[in-house]
Amino acid sequence: MSNSSSGNVGIVIVSHSSKIAEGAADMVRQMVGNAVPLAWTGGDTDGGLGTNVAGILEAIEAVWSPAGVAILVDLGGAETNSEMAVEMLAEDRRARVVVCNAPVVEGAVIAATESSGGSSLAAVKRSAEEFYA
Amino acid sequence: MSLDRAARERLVRALAASMIEHAEELTSLDQAIGDGDHGLNMKRGFEAVLATLPGLADKSLPEMLKAIGMTLVMKVGGASGPLVGTFFMELGKALPEQPTRADLVAAADKAIGAVKLRGRSEAGQKTLLDVLVPAQAVFASGGDARAIAAEAAQAADRTTPMLATRGRASFLGERSIGHMDPGSRSASLLIGAAVAALEFEAVS
Repeated sequence: MSNSSSGNVGIVIVSHSSKIAEGAADMVRQMVGNAVPLAWTGGDTDGGLGTNVAGILEAIEAVWSPAGVAILVDLGGAETNSEMAVEMLAEDRRARVVVCNAPVVEGAVIAATESSGGSSLAAVKRSAEEFYA
Repeated sequence: MSLDRAARERLVRALAASMIEHAEELTSLDQAIGDGDHGLNMKRGFEAVLATLPGLADKSLPEMLKAIGMTLVMKVGGASGPLVGTFFMELGKALPEQPTRADLVAAADKAIGAVKLRGRSEAGQKTLLDVLVPAQAVFASGGDARAIAAEAAQAADRTTPMLATRGRASFLGERSIGHMDPGSRSASLLIGAAVAALEFEAVS
């Protein structure tokens, strides 16, 4: 589900559907390779459609990088739950995790591409969000 | 107001019962304008809260409310977990152990402010804030348990003709009109259950 070994910005994919989250992660792996720490989470705590804070926290932990973590989300609850998860992190980590306002699949691929080149968290977020511009 | 252990447990059980008993109704409201999981999500969250009894009621009132909020955040899923969970957590953070009525009003004000921030929303967008804000206005102006519960129920009804501009129902645009907001309904049920349970406690 993840790896974490580099100083590259970590990428977390959060979808209501675990299949979408996993599929988006597969696309990132194929298109960007394994240099970027990547984790995905999807579904509620019963395995139905939804998102859950515990799963998001675990995913952030799995890809933790000193360079920070960028989260890509799908619909409303994924964003609210991601923001809640960020607030529950230790204070020194909170400022190094961002939720990107970008489409989940395209945003994840672009963010990971940017991260694989060693870009900063701010640059990773900007690239993902430029997709909408 | 001082809630002894038995009263705290009664409060928790009343809140949970209101969600568990109305799970199907909430789900059918959510099927109309949301993604159809609100009843199930709230039921799952409050069943998880019940599972932390009896230890939960051993805690002081502020600590108990914070613990309820944390359980809801972790277990409800969907956007209502962080929203309702934040309300309980912030209420707990803002309350002294033996709150007066004025303390409760002030704490509820802070908790509602935190829900607005979490959802980046205000009353008028067809969300639970459309119940929390008017119910709080009655509470703050001295209304008794019955008046607060009545306002909460009427406020939920008033969301029916509203146009959703925040939350999942906003995707539907004008088709959200004519259906009660499920988050408003669950908020009114929780408020009704809370004030009914607390009425025994001579809030003064």
